[in-house]
Amino acid sequence: MGLHAQIPLGEPVTAQAAHVAVRGLTRIFPGANGRPPLQALGPLDLDLAPGEFFSVVGPSGCGKSTLLDILAGLSPASAGSVTFEGKPVADTVPDGVGVVFQEDSSFPWLSVFDNAAFGLRRLKTPEAQLRPRVEEALALIGLSDFASAFPAQLSGGMRQRVCIARTLVMRPRLILLDEPFGALDQQTKLLMGDELLRLWRETGATILLITHSLDEAALLSDRIGVMSARPGRFIDVIETGWARDRDSRLAADPGFGAITARIWRQLREESLKAMRAAP
Amino acid sequence: MTRAGLLRTGIIAAALGALEAACRLGAIDRFSLSPPSEMATSALRILTSGEYTRDILVTFATVAGAALLSVVAGFALGVLLYRLPRLKRAADPFLASYYAVPSFIFYPLFIVLFGLNRWPLVAVAFVFAFVAMAIASVDGFLSVRPILLRTAASLRLTRMETLRHVILPAAAPYLFTGVKLTIVYAFIGVVAGEFILSGSGLGYRIAFAYQSFETATMYGLMLILICAVVTVNMLLWSHEKRLHARLTR
Repeated sequence: MGLHAQIPLGEPVTAQAAHVAVRGLTRIFPGANGRPPLQALGPLDLDLAPGEFFSVVGPSGCGKSTLLDILAGLSPASAGSVTFEGKPVADTVPDGVGVVFQEDSSFPWLSVFDNAAFGLRRLKTPEAQLRPRVEEALALIGLSDFASAFPAQLSGGMRQRVCIARTLVMRPRLILLDEPFGALDQQTKLLMGDELLRLWRETGATILLITHSLDEAALLSDRIGVMSARPGRFIDVIETGWARDRDSRLAADPGFGAITARIWRQLREESLKAMRAAP
Repeated sequence: MTRAGLLRTGIIAAALGALEAACRLGAIDRFSLSPPSEMATSALRILTSGEYTRDILVTFATVAGAALLSVVAGFALGVLLYRLPRLKRAADPFLASYYAVPSFIFYPLFIVLFGLNRWPLVAVAFVFAFVAMAIASVDGFLSVRPILLRTAASLRLTRMETLRHVILPAAAPYLFTGVKLTIVYAFIGVVAGEFILSGSGLGYRIAFAYQSFETATMYGLMLILICAVVTVNMLLWSHEKRLHARLTR
């Protein structure tokens, strides 16, 4: 069933206006050692509007990260299609797409500045153009004072910000985030969430965030896609209705509780199913 | 100097002092073992006289050639084994038992193949050293965290760019250890080969001095050799330490 067929709230994005359009996406992993093939995902449909902040929540193993990998072009789909700005996504990460992973992926042999400059240097961007862009990205994520530090000298949260800077410096129009704050403590998570919202407003990029945290999804998103247990499909899409200019203080809003309660209602049964199905 | 450095220097100085005293006080026969001060004097005499300069240069040039060949070939084999996991699985038992075979037994074969010149020595050192580099390289490549490879893909790096900008720097500590071992093994291979059958080189001169009862010359040459190997290793070790500190501090 397509996403918009399930959405009770909000205006669906038309195919022409969609920044990202997913149709009938399915991922089946071939069986190994005599085991049958495993359908991890789909079929599912999804449209993301330009500049939208969309979060995906779902039980463990429902295929959230697989979905992100396919959207990024890092993994192939077994069936269905993904288009970014009207062009099909397959095999390689399209120009204009940035990915931030859950695990620390900063390059430990490079300084913070060189980490952030990595993508631009690969494109042989002249130093005169590169420097201001990197400095701007580091300022945006509050790491200007640590430009010459090495990742091992930074905290986990700061290292994750280095990875975000490395993505931002490329000025992506679509940012895919795979639980980027998963390894951080709760306070840092909230602050990083605020920073992410600020970056989103300032860059105007479309964001797709994979998260386990219902609070994170409820605070940050314009829309939240709730996935079923494996094979992952969208069982609900919740439109938060938050203003674009928002931050973590929303947690005190009565609407916040209503959104998390609605996500949990959907997710509880699916999480139980996933637990029962776990080997 | 750090506390560890001071301790290190102190231990070496104490050992040399004890040896010096033992030799001078007659606890050790001076004909069997020269006092360190005499070894140093002899080494200095050998270096300044120029009598052995050709042999020293010939040995170092042979070691350099063998080490260079071993690093290049070992690295290439490491890349190949990394890129072809099936080949690696097939080669694993051979690599694991490689150093169980004393490679010096091939020396006569290399003489037959290359003639009575320096090439058999290069070949012995190469056979002894290059597998250490190959093992270190493949271990280094396999140690690269998968997330870094995914990041490389997300940044749209080509296969060569990924190797150059991600895999090589991430595997650098292993590669450095490989280079260090290769140089040490190349020294062992060349000098041991010169001992067995050669008409020139430091190993040959040490063996000749031993057979001629020229104890002072023998210890002087041995000291030069030890100092050279230790200096090269210390230089590599300090670079390796700096690299490791950067990656893990």
